[in-house]
Amino acid sequence: MMTLFLEAVFVENLALAFFLGICTLLGGSRRLSTAVGLGIAITVVMTITLPINHLIHRFLLAPGAWAWAGMAELDLSHLSLICFIGSIAAMVQILEMVLDRFFPALARGLGIFLPLITVNCAILGGSLFMVDRHYDLGQTVVYAVGSGVGWALAVAALAAIRERVDGEHLPEGSASDSASQALVFAVIGIMSTAYMAFSGVRLP
Amino acid sequence: MSRFIQTLTRPVLEDNPITVQLLGLCSALAVTKSLETAFAMSAAVAAVLVGSNAVISLLRGVIPHPTRLVVQITIIASMVIVTDQLIAAFAPELSRQLSIFVSLIITNCIILGRAEAFAMTHGVTESIADALGNALGYLLLLTCVGAIRELLGRGALFGHQLLPLAREGGWFQPLEILHLPPAGFFLIALFIGLSSVLRNRSAKAAP
Repeated sequence: MMTLFLEAVFVENLALAFFLGICTLLGGSRRLSTAVGLGIAITVVMTITLPINHLIHRFLLAPGAWAWAGMAELDLSHLSLICFIGSIAAMVQILEMVLDRFFPALARGLGIFLPLITVNCAILGGSLFMVDRHYDLGQTVVYAVGSGVGWALAVAALAAIRERVDGEHLPEGSASDSASQALVFAVIGIMSTAYMAFSGVRLP
Repeated sequence: MSRFIQTLTRPVLEDNPITVQLLGLCSALAVTKSLETAFAMSAAVAAVLVGSNAVISLLRGVIPHPTRLVVQITIIASMVIVTDQLIAAFAPELSRQLSIFVSLIITNCIILGRAEAFAMTHGVTESIADALGNALGYLLLLTCVGAIRELLGRGALFGHQLLPLAREGGWFQPLEILHLPPAGFFLIALFIGLSSVLRNRSAKAAP
């Protein structure tokens, strides 16, 4: 379990090793405070949604899930994409309402990023990996928390670097916004290289 | 007709979805280890993009504004499922290599972005032109990155060995780093920077 958690955080970091959620990573890493909020939101959505998707997959969609109703041959797994994206969207909507009601300050801080979590591929990707690798419910929860924390770490680290680099002397073409994105990309590349050092690490 | 051509060609270089609009980056990074997967992914994205842009443009008068995102996502998801099943049926080996990235086309921001920014407000022919143009732009960048990564990382193109490998008695020492995730980030960073430098130059030359 611990191995699975650490693997999800470091070795198989969704942002830096599988390139998931890059759009949000670019957009949400201008300020460290936003990045931390965003990371927490992603972790929460991930932790709630992945187990739900796991249950949906196991009891409604997987081949043989309807065996008790006499339909053992029924295989609905091609519907999993629509169901997963639906449950992610619903969960984000609910989270938005809860935050709005009980933590209005945090909700305002996250602003547009909250609804955008719906189209963050890290969460859909996590759901699909979870099905692909046949995790059971316990493993799914651990994997969800791990990859959420891993993603949050990546976005927070990137935001910290960007705040530091801001205002330094930059090469030609960096004046426009899209060119500074090129630099951010190079920074992510360096971070990803650093994370490669974790690959092959196996805990006893 | 000229407007059709203009809508078609604009997103290829000037307004490239990846280097300028910065959309659809996840998949561009993940599937460019070899040219074959890059082509297959571009074809899948093109199919979904054209289909969803056409359907959404046809329905744009009927889709209620407050729930438009849900409707758009559902249309896109159906297109993706059909594409995914087709690839799995006719090219199982390719489907294994692309793994979850065909399914992740749903959350590829190019598709939702073009639906929201273009198809909701334009006619069907124009929307199809816009979809094709964006798909071509995506293909162009994926081809460049995929070719560099496969040629220097493995000495091959489309799986054909072009440069004789050192370990098989040739002279070419493959650069293993190009197979690892960071190479994708660095190459895309290079292309984003290049395109913005080029655009700055032409903007200065124009007036």
